[in-house]
Amino acid sequence: MSDYNFAYLDEQTKRMIRRAILKGLAIPGYQVPFASREMPMPYGWGTGGVQVSAATLTPDDTLKVIDQGADDTTNAVSIRKFFERTANVGTTEETSKASVIQTRHRIPEEDLREDQILVYQVPIPEPLRFLEPSEVETRKMHSLEEYGLMHVKLYEDIAQHGAIATSYAYPVKVEGRYVMDPSPIPKFDNPKMEMAAIQLFGAGREQRIYALPPYTQVVSLDFEDYPFEASKAEHACDLCAAEDSYLDEVIMDDAGGRMFVCSDTDYCASRRKAGHVGAQGTNLEEDAA
Amino acid sequence: MRADALKGGFADAPVDAAHGFRAAMNAMARPGYIETLRGAVPPAPVSVAAGSLLLTLCDPETPLYLAGAHDCQDMRDWVAFHIGAPVVARQEALFVLGAWDAVLPLEGYALGTSEYPDQSATLIVEMDALGGGGAILRGPGIKDTATLSLPDDISLFQRNATLFPLGLDFFFTAGDQVAALPRTTKVTHEEVV
Ligand SMILES: [Zn+2]
Repeated sequence: MSDYNFAYLDEQTKRMIRRAILKGLAIPGYQVPFASREMPMPYGWGTGGVQVSAATLTPDDTLKVIDQGADDTTNAVSIRKFFERTANVGTTEETSKASVIQTRHRIPEEDLREDQILVYQVPIPEPLRFLEPSEVETRKMHSLEEYGLMHVKLYEDIAQHGAIATSYAYPVKVEGRYVMDPSPIPKFDNPKMEMAAIQLFGAGREQRIYALPPYTQVVSLDFEDYPFEASKAEHACDLCAAEDSYLDEVIMDDAGGRMFVCSDTDYCASRRKAGHVGAQGTNLEEDAA
Repeated sequence: MRADALKGGFADAPVDAAHGFRAAMNAMARPGYIETLRGAVPPAPVSVAAGSLLLTLCDPETPLYLAGAHDCQDMRDWVAFHIGAPVVARQEALFVLGAWDAVLPLEGYALGTSEYPDQSATLIVEMDALGGGGAILRGPGIKDTATLSLPDDISLFQRNATLFPLGLDFFFTAGDQVAALPRTTKVTHEEVV
């Protein structure tokens, strides 16, 4: 423990990140610049989220880390171990037992509470970047609320595909002011962003932090004649029979066998423990016997 | 510098600051919530909560304005030893500490710019007491409404909110308690029907 700074980062760096988080909460959806530090993991492993978590955690916390909904990927496991070692926090895979949840690309299915904090790993924080490569220009566009191009792009989608094709990182407008990238969560998760928990977003390579206080208004961009739809596969989970969860399609064998399963592994496991059995699922108690 | 200035910092800086930040963040994310914030023992007249906020958030990169009675030699020495923030004039400050009457008027503090609205001052306003009741709050961080015992002239907060996305953000401190009011909060006296 004494070989490390608490939560790895030095105190001055944590203060700088903490100040950025507070300004982010005061200006919901606005991207606060911060001086990102080298972390003992490569970019793409969520160094922005890790720095935000490092500035947020206390030794009293219980941390959960998910990667595309799963607690057991290499990335999630290594981040969890990193904070067990450097911040002396407890860890859990159960959403309801976590006080801080760091996530890559999903929002847990279970409703989060007021005493929880959700930290997102963000690769590209700028929702206008694919329309305008210059940071100077996008910053100006945000300052002038010049979001017309974004609507044009979404409308071109409709003209080409008959629907808005964007299914991940679907842009939102926060409190009627800033257009924000929700990170590459499926658009199925967008409506959950109006939640009771504090949401913090960290982009390491791009050096941006942004935030949503609880109950902040978050509206997915859409059109009157093409309203936003939080779509998912038209299926129930083959393991736990959930009809309300986001599903991953899993290829089972070379013969093309496939099944749909909850992307949120904790949600699926807790439903199976409660006795729910999907079309290709087995009763967990029989498994154990 | 008096020997007293060497005392009153965090006993365990990394952990005390982590708890301090969580209290500050919970307060700023949920206007009207009153959080407990301890660890610092700053010189009079500075409260435990205000001293702990400074230790948690300020350093040589954050110019600090000490207003009125909070600008005393003991406090300047304490800031110099524990925080290292340059003590500056009001218009240069990123953090401001003082009683309400002393920090007024609100004109002249950094409001941020349209491209960098985060480059704005955070005011730490010392109060006699904090409590619910008083002004009614609405906005991000608040489910329906919240209440907070703000200083009387709420028109100043209403005006600040009209500047959004520019504006000032406030912490209110009393003893070991802290609450906050970001620029997004809409403040009224009466329940709007
Ligand atoms: Zn399932």
